[in-house]
Amino acid sequence: MNELPQQLANGLILGAMYGLIAIGYTMVYGIIQLINFAHGEIFMIGGFGALTVYLGLPSGLSLLAAIPLMIAGGVICSVAVSVAAERFAYRPLRSAPRLAPLITAIGLSLALQQAIWMWYPDATKDRSFPQFKGEAIDIFGANIQRGDLFVLIAAPLCMLALGLFVSKTRAGRGMQATSQDPDTAKLMGINTDRIIVMAFAIGAAFAAVAAVAYGLKNGQIGFRMGFIMGLKAFTAAVLGGIGNIYGAMLGGVVLGVAEALATGYMSDVPGMELFGGGAWKDVWAFVLLILVLLIRPQGLLGERVADRA
Amino acid sequence: MTALLEVEDLRVAYGKIEAVKGISFTVEAGQVVTLIGTNGAGKTTTLRTLSGLLKPAGGRVLFEGKPLTGIPAHKIVSLGIAHSPEGRHIFPRLTIAENLLLGAYLRKDKAGIEKDVQRAYDLFPILGERRKQAAGTLSGGEQQMLAMGRALMSQPKLLMLDEPSMGLSPIMMQKIMETIVELKASGTTILLVEQNAQAALSLADQGHVMEVGKVVLSGTGADLLHDESVRKAYLGED
Repeated sequence: MNELPQQLANGLILGAMYGLIAIGYTMVYGIIQLINFAHGEIFMIGGFGALTVYLGLPSGLSLLAAIPLMIAGGVICSVAVSVAAERFAYRPLRSAPRLAPLITAIGLSLALQQAIWMWYPDATKDRSFPQFKGEAIDIFGANIQRGDLFVLIAAPLCMLALGLFVSKTRAGRGMQATSQDPDTAKLMGINTDRIIVMAFAIGAAFAAVAAVAYGLKNGQIGFRMGFIMGLKAFTAAVLGGIGNIYGAMLGGVVLGVAEALATGYMSDVPGMELFGGGAWKDVWAFVLLILVLLIRPQGLLGERVADRA
Repeated sequence: MTALLEVEDLRVAYGKIEAVKGISFTVEAGQVVTLIGTNGAGKTTTLRTLSGLLKPAGGRVLFEGKPLTGIPAHKIVSLGIAHSPEGRHIFPRLTIAENLLLGAYLRKDKAGIEKDVQRAYDLFPILGERRKQAAGTLSGGEQQMLAMGRALMSQPKLLMLDEPSMGLSPIMMQKIMETIVELKASGTTILLVEQNAQAALSLADQGHVMEVGKVVLSGTGADLLHDESVRKAYLGED
């Protein structure tokens, strides 16, 4: 078996998940310049929401039939928590100095982790998540597990829907206007508070979809899963150009592929034998982030359109 | 007859600093009323308060006889007040067409919106030629046209223009002023804030001179244009 297609596929699967989560960072940042560090936990809660639904379903139901219901359950939980966080934690700090909501976000992140740890049954250790049974499928020489197909289908569909929403609908235009100039958006009659809630909700829904993908891939979820996935997704958002939704997806894919290739091939590079393998994969993600910040701080798709006064 | 807009003893403060210290004026339907004065006189603050972006510290604002106080900015538009802000504030990464559509954000009549977009292109042909272009790529004068066109898209009863001539070339300034005359002729009620007192007063029905948060002189445009103190202070004559 040729190894390159396999590594690319692994990277793509991982990257699609990063990208879905990164949308939430980038949309919220694009509108209120807040890095919502609790977003990783919103992702985690989506996973637990989906698992809860699964456990409540009759045992005869096939996993394929359960998936839509699990997504719905995850999305409802993530969106509810995210919208509540916006309303009660971030909105009162809207005009406070930037640092205040940032610290709030970090605190909220810890609180949500601990809440799941304490109150979700048996969540002090990882809980097992349902997985698709059956042989891996061969696509272009890569072995793809059945569960991984989910994110490869879901991520492009989500992006397509978001792209259409933002560019073609009135609310989407209102969202773009709010991110470019909130005061002037109000003068157009746009209820910017509602737009901000919408950004949090869309980001949370995408994170919940990513959480289902994560569960299907790994066969387990845990209260800590949002931490490293959140950091990686944040990296993806910065890599793609924070504030840009297409950048978030591209950043996710680039990050996932880079991580997979570094994991697979770094040990073949003379002098780098020590740095190959899975143990170093997180390091490469952040090395990439540092390189981007040094070389192209606005990110891959970040741009500065001339705003003439 | 009640005026379209009545401002009574309006006061606005940034923290402890009062920027507008109790001003009163009215705008009758069909009139062009101008507020002139130097930087920091409180003209922009007044407009931003009328459109709901700032909260007044005191006084009363009546629009069509109803109080505006406490109504959020995004609802004031729906009452019929459009505000073209100082510095134009077009949405730079959206196209010209999208900017215009945002001006009609609260309207539901698709056909009417399309007609008004066309009207904006008729008023400013350059906007029609570049409708698919990002608004940030326009020149300052073209951005001003877009800001005015966008404000008109809400079919306002009162159009507030803040410094439409700021930073423009003389030719562009003249074009903008001509447009204001055209709008006035078509019956649009306009509250115009300008530093270019000469231009503003020569087309205004009523003018108010503001100095450090107060109205120090009021009169018809023609009266103020011939007033000695105005000529000295704002028209550069000694």
